[in-house]
Amino acid sequence: MAFQKPLLRTEDLKVYFYGRDKISRAVDGVSYHIHAGETVCLVGESGCGKTVSALAALGLIPSPPGKIVGGRILFKGTDILSLDEDAMQKIRGNQISMVFQEPLTSLNPVFTIGDQIGEAIRTHETISQDALDKRCVQLLRDMGIPSPEQRLHDYPHQLSGGQRQRVMIAMALACNPDLMIADEPTTALDVTVQAQILNLLKSVQEKASMAVLYITHDLGVVSGIADRVYVMYAGLIVEEGNTRQVFGNAVHPYTMGLLASLPDRKKRGKRLHNIPGTVPNPAYKPDGCPFHPRCSHAVESCKTVEPEMIPLEEGHRCRCPVLAKKP
Amino acid sequence: MFSFIGRSIVQKTITLFFVSVVSFLIIHLAPGEPSQIDPMNPKFTPEMVERFRTQFHLDKPLYVQYVYFYRDLFTGKIVSWKDNQSVLAKIWERFLNSLPLFIVGTLLTWTLSFPVGIRSAIYRGGVYDRSATFFSYLLISIPGFFFAYILIILVVTAFHVPVIGMETYGMGNAPWPNLFMDRIWHLLIPSALGATAGIAVLSRYVRSQMLEVEGQDYVRTAKAKGLPPDQVHYKHALRNALLPFVTMFGLILPGLIGGSVIIESIFSWPGMGRMAYEAILARDYPIILTVNFLSAVLVLAGTFLSDLLYLVVDPRIRL
Repeated sequence: MAFQKPLLRTEDLKVYFYGRDKISRAVDGVSYHIHAGETVCLVGESGCGKTVSALAALGLIPSPPGKIVGGRILFKGTDILSLDEDAMQKIRGNQISMVFQEPLTSLNPVFTIGDQIGEAIRTHETISQDALDKRCVQLLRDMGIPSPEQRLHDYPHQLSGGQRQRVMIAMALACNPDLMIADEPTTALDVTVQAQILNLLKSVQEKASMAVLYITHDLGVVSGIADRVYVMYAGLIVEEGNTRQVFGNAVHPYTMGLLASLPDRKKRGKRLHNIPGTVPNPAYKPDGCPFHPRCSHAVESCKTVEPEMIPLEEGHRCRCPVLAKKP
Repeated sequence: MFSFIGRSIVQKTITLFFVSVVSFLIIHLAPGEPSQIDPMNPKFTPEMVERFRTQFHLDKPLYVQYVYFYRDLFTGKIVSWKDNQSVLAKIWERFLNSLPLFIVGTLLTWTLSFPVGIRSAIYRGGVYDRSATFFSYLLISIPGFFFAYILIILVVTAFHVPVIGMETYGMGNAPWPNLFMDRIWHLLIPSALGATAGIAVLSRYVRSQMLEVEGQDYVRTAKAKGLPPDQVHYKHALRNALLPFVTMFGLILPGLIGGSVIIESIFSWPGMGRMAYEAILARDYPIILTVNFLSAVLVLAGTFLSDLLYLVVDPRIRL
């Protein structure tokens, strides 16, 4: 894996949002990479920049107010930040596709399911109407939607939340992309439906051998599906590694805090751990390590010195100089 | 579907009945009476007033007057108190005069507001958007009558076209192209004037509606599919942004009546609005009430029409 060229690599990506009199540094130097066929998770609390760093890969940062101010995003070796709009359109939906958080609002209410799935295919391929219909039906059938021929003519409001998310996934898979970005695809769904959707994602990924960038705040989900994990905090990646390293050997105090706050059978009847304080507003980030106001291990230097990523073992890196030094 | 149409016709008839009662009462609540007009006039003897009152049933109790009035209205026998002519014939004549003004004004408003508003929304914050915003607020702020006089002065001095009235007086024998152009000029200025305020307001609505829809998740989904911007804006966004305008579209029907009292007065256009205005000044109850009743009918017909249109354009609405 290590010598293979990654499918997608971002290097020191910086996305800022320019407000009236302040700048929100939503993503402030994020580097991650995904190999073909791999499942990578971006984990973090709301507002830590997970979604923005993924949207940047599709060139969908709302601008204004957002702007990519630094870094590179390499997809199959080309820097997509240097591509023009036409070239980006050929990548979107075709090579990189995205499943959004809210299946309820992410489908256009005035067009049929078939229309919306078919549109994704028609945009990137020349195809006859007959073949298009067949392919849409097949996609819906693969997603486990009953009687797909009829559903094709349904409008989004006629489907349940889980079914709509299946439609979203069908749409994302329509052109056999190399990479699918799934932005909290199960957050808005019932727990039972969540499990179904996760299983579905896993099985389609195996079949299509596509890479998945999975964005979530749910560590329970991560341990089940991820090959590698990036933990984000306040626009920075604070810890990265494979699932075993991050879950078994977490070094960064933020990762440890997140893991400790997971409910677990052993903790039955006890109060769950919580990380004191709140995520800093991206417009007013503290100096030094952004986590130091909430960190029990913080030392004087944390308040002034911005920490670097420190390599620990093969593929495992962490942005905490205090704890990383300890063997 | 048919049950909806039936139900809605029954409901709207009931509403119409209440509108007729209330408007009848309001007219009679207003101070003064038609029979009291100009008591200083020496020809207006008490006997005359009395004769007038009996002739038009003004001596009867209100509910009897109400029944008489609507009986006459529905049998078509209703006459103006001022000149004893059939009200319906008068209204029809004025309606035909107002119609071209209304059609041209509405067409101008609706065909110009949408491109302006949509473009402003797509290029939000750009030069186009800012100048459109500036001009629409300018046009909203300028009083219509003031703008009208500026426009009249401009057209009369620059093109030497007299634009007052429906046609230039004494053109009767001119060849038809001149007559035609004369009509066009007379029609164009008042309709353009009526449309400016409409364009200014409606393009703002279109812009804000479009902006709201452009921020929706499904627009982002459309972009993420790799659709070209035109399809994102004009298919996915516009189709949803149009929905609220169906309601407004139904409500332009009542604009047929009294939509342009000021403009018709300024341009001496013999239309419905001016007739209603003059009838109010003359306390000509039959005309006022008939116009009122007709506009109530048009409002109800307009809402009915927009309900039906919603069925067509919004799949979420089913009966």
